[in-house]
Amino acid sequence: MNLKFPEIPVIHRQSLPNIWDAIALALIIGLFVAIAHGAHGVNAPLKALDATPINLDYTFLPYYAMRTTLRMFAALFFSFVFTFTYATLAAKSRRAEMVMIPILDVLQSVPVLGFLSFTVTFFLNLFPGSVLGAECAAVFAIFTSQAWNMAFSFYQSLSTVPKDLDEVARGFRLSAWQKFWRLETPYAMPSLVWNTMMSMSGGWFFIVASEAITVGETTVKLPGIGSYIAVAIDEKNVQAIIYASLMMLIVILLYDQLLFRPVVAWAAKFRVELSAGQTVERSWVLNMFQRTRWIKIAFSPVGWLARQFARPRLQFLPAKAPTLTTSPAVSRMFDYLFFAALAVITGYSIWQIYLFVSQSLNMSDVWETFSVTLLTMIRVVVLIFLATAFWVPVGVWIGLRPHIAEKVQPVAQFLAAYPANILFPIFVIVILKFSLNPDIWLSLLIIFGTQWYIVFNVIAGASAFPNDLKEAAANFRIHGWSWWKNVMLPGVFPYYFTGALTASGGSWNAAIVAEYVKWGDDKVVAHGIGAYIAQATEAGNYPKIVLGVAMMSLFVILFNRLFWRPLFGLAERKLRLN
Amino acid sequence: MPAPAPLLEVKAVCQNYRKGSGEEGHLVLDHVSMNLSSGEIVGLLGRSGCGKSSLLRIVAGLVAPSDGEVIYQGKQLTGAAEGVAMVFQSFALFPWLSVLKNVELGLEALNVPEIEARKRALKAIDLIGLDGFESAYPKELSGGMRQRVGFARALVVNPNILLMDEPFSALDVLTAETLRTDLLDLWVEGRMPIKSILMVTHNIEEAVLMCDRIIILSSNPGRIAAEIKVNLQHPRNRLDPQFRQLVDTIYARMTQRAEPAKPQQKDGAFPGLGLGMSLPRVSTNTFSGFLEAVAAPPFNGRADLPHIADELTMEIDELFPVAETLQLLRFAEIEEGDIKLTDDGKRFAEMDTDQRKKLFGEHLVQYVPLAARIRTVLDERPTHRASAVRFREELEDYMSEEYADVTLRSVTNWGRFGELFAYDETAEMFSLEDPN
Repeated sequence: MNLKFPEIPVIHRQSLPNIWDAIALALIIGLFVAIAHGAHGVNAPLKALDATPINLDYTFLPYYAMRTTLRMFAALFFSFVFTFTYATLAAKSRRAEMVMIPILDVLQSVPVLGFLSFTVTFFLNLFPGSVLGAECAAVFAIFTSQAWNMAFSFYQSLSTVPKDLDEVARGFRLSAWQKFWRLETPYAMPSLVWNTMMSMSGGWFFIVASEAITVGETTVKLPGIGSYIAVAIDEKNVQAIIYASLMMLIVILLYDQLLFRPVVAWAAKFRVELSAGQTVERSWVLNMFQRTRWIKIAFSPVGWLARQFARPRLQFLPAKAPTLTTSPAVSRMFDYLFFAALAVITGYSIWQIYLFVSQSLNMSDVWETFSVTLLTMIRVVVLIFLATAFWVPVGVWIGLRPHIAEKVQPVAQFLAAYPANILFPIFVIVILKFSLNPDIWLSLLIIFGTQWYIVFNVIAGASAFPNDLKEAAANFRIHGWSWWKNVMLPGVFPYYFTGALTASGGSWNAAIVAEYVKWGDDKVVAHGIGAYIAQATEAGNYPKIVLGVAMMSLFVILFNRLFWRPLFGLAERKLRLN
Repeated sequence: MPAPAPLLEVKAVCQNYRKGSGEEGHLVLDHVSMNLSSGEIVGLLGRSGCGKSSLLRIVAGLVAPSDGEVIYQGKQLTGAAEGVAMVFQSFALFPWLSVLKNVELGLEALNVPEIEARKRALKAIDLIGLDGFESAYPKELSGGMRQRVGFARALVVNPNILLMDEPFSALDVLTAETLRTDLLDLWVEGRMPIKSILMVTHNIEEAVLMCDRIIILSSNPGRIAAEIKVNLQHPRNRLDPQFRQLVDTIYARMTQRAEPAKPQQKDGAFPGLGLGMSLPRVSTNTFSGFLEAVAAPPFNGRADLPHIADELTMEIDELFPVAETLQLLRFAEIEEGDIKLTDDGKRFAEMDTDQRKKLFGEHLVQYVPLAARIRTVLDERPTHRASAVRFREELEDYMSEEYADVTLRSVTNWGRFGELFAYDETAEMFSLEDPN
């Protein structure tokens, strides 16, 4: 490897720092200060938490927000590590793929929030007496909400790398390491960035739920917005709830503007389409950094380091001759061994689960979880249906008016990212005040945060609807129901399904926090699997948690496989416009 | 004087399509042997499905042959070969890398130090006429400029052999011609570091314009049908009578039936017999338009294939399937590189749509066994319905899944046009009745 010092880009006569340099510098320094400030205290002993309880004074909120955000990014870091290893292995090894991808698929549908109690116990035992354990548990909870779909998108990209680009890489004999950084990762970038963005939205939801955790007798309140809200709920402090939701608003706005807009705009260059893109993603932050002079030069060693990182012909495995393939018979024998091992492990795990659950539970418990899960499912279905009936016409109306869509679209995306559970207490106050039926009115919370996925996807679909088809419909005077049935609905359906699928998944998860809500000492409980799991968690009844989560996972998986997937396939086949 | 050892030898190479189940399927290349010597441009000419692109990838070491071997620099090739660089039909540029970075990519794999890599890349960019575009991204460039990047990227690694997979076929006519001339100039003047070029093409004129030797591959399975030496001096003139003569010869050679001796076996243009005949995808509108064009002046029922290809701006990949399907349907006959309409072909050209449909349907049932088969099954069944799956499976006994699919789709569309049967795409069902 050539280890000469990087060439400093020639500084032309425009070498003076400009205004952009000043702004960018301020932002960078601010970031460092914030990280230093926020990271302080992560390693403190657990008792320190009790010494400095959460303070509901709003001046503490920026600090709590900082802590929460740092946890978020820590989780994001681990999600990337997981994505790059797990997905790569799955894409490169046929046998690994056969197990790893279904696992990923299941993990995607499991309501991980239900397992919070297990992970908390595990991590607290891992770092006894230290805040680090609780921090890890929180980070892990967020990780589980982010990692799966990122890994899935990365895996999908790796398996669909364009054939000709792959041939170029092989033809030039790039090593696996070089090929990974030069071809596979860049190719996967746009969809990975998009999925990361979606993951972050899910993460905010989880973080609020995972910072203040009560499992049986253990109560941990990590400094953060989630704990702030938990304390506010305990003390019935409406004002604090409002402060917290405003703080969250600011945090999400900042991370969106300062981080994700620039990254999305930057990732656009990795799109494999040789014609100039139709929609240009813009970001004032990215533009600003691209216009700086000194900052750009100061960062050039970073770019150089990144290049050196991708350059060497690192070879972790001996280069196998690509032409040499093992004989089918031998390969098939390995397959049999592999499947046999897999069957044994699977059988053993099912047996263990059975033993664990059957210690204290019997068939009537199974029946109970089944019936409450059914109730939750009805809730999810009805609410998705209501949201659809309301938002599809509204979304189409907005999408067909570009100047309105332009303004509404970022708001809808923003609302999807906003952790709706912050606002739950406000609903509870209303429900308590008017003595409303929790089985009906708590249900609204399930869809409250997730309906926006339907909204912005329908808007996107209607905006992308081909102009010539619109004109043809107008020309043939297609009106009313016929227009919806034959023109617009088929056009937006593929988009709608994408949104509805995400909304449905999110709603199941939301059920765990939405069916059992507290306000001080008052509890509002709806009948459903969410409430079942939440109550079991509070009581520290592990067998019940396992049974509840298993039943819910089963429902979610079947619901996806038997309902969404076939529908989605239908939309893909018949209704795609290109 | 003994001939110098060839740069690269291909020895009895066979290639099978692998079916989904892993078992060996349909044969793509059948014992192909050829070699490549210093100082020559060799063209692989054939229609789609003759395995010419597979052969090129085997030579590049990107794909392993099922049988046979490739000898390069005295050794058997077992992986991507060093000193062999490829230019792609689709350009295959990395959209996220600038022109310069795209060109430097191959050097990075060779561990060339950064500074030297930059120097060599700039030289290659300069040679290929791209200076000024170094920092541009592929999506900012026109097709011709993109392919120049493809060439620069291949040349910068100083390859012995340059492989080209239909490098000009994605470009418009003018751009393609400019690029060909530029490349030939560099080659003739010896300004490129390469020793030999192997190119795949389906354009006969392009092959005659550029190559010293043309290897014609027959389709299904790909075999070497002929080898033609081109002894014309560069720069070659397309209007030169010798040039025209060579083009005509190749047309005649490529449309010659595989076994002309057997008189009854007139379907010889397509591989397979009876039900197992693999048919190309041609639209019925193309049939009609083509028959009309041949019937009209200046052809008046008989056309020279190169001439009509030029007139209708059809590549041989489009022309041959049309001509040969018309021959199968007895609307035309091909002989010595000419196409001649039969009486029915002439009548067809003058008919209105309804009459055409009727006549087409009659010929289809009579001469295309698969169409007859579908119709018979439908007639015999009391429900008059039959699933497409059974016919596809029947076809797969004779050909690869891909070909079976194309064949069934073609016959389905022809049958719909000839009103032999109706087809429901979602249910994958043939039936006799039309939707009311």
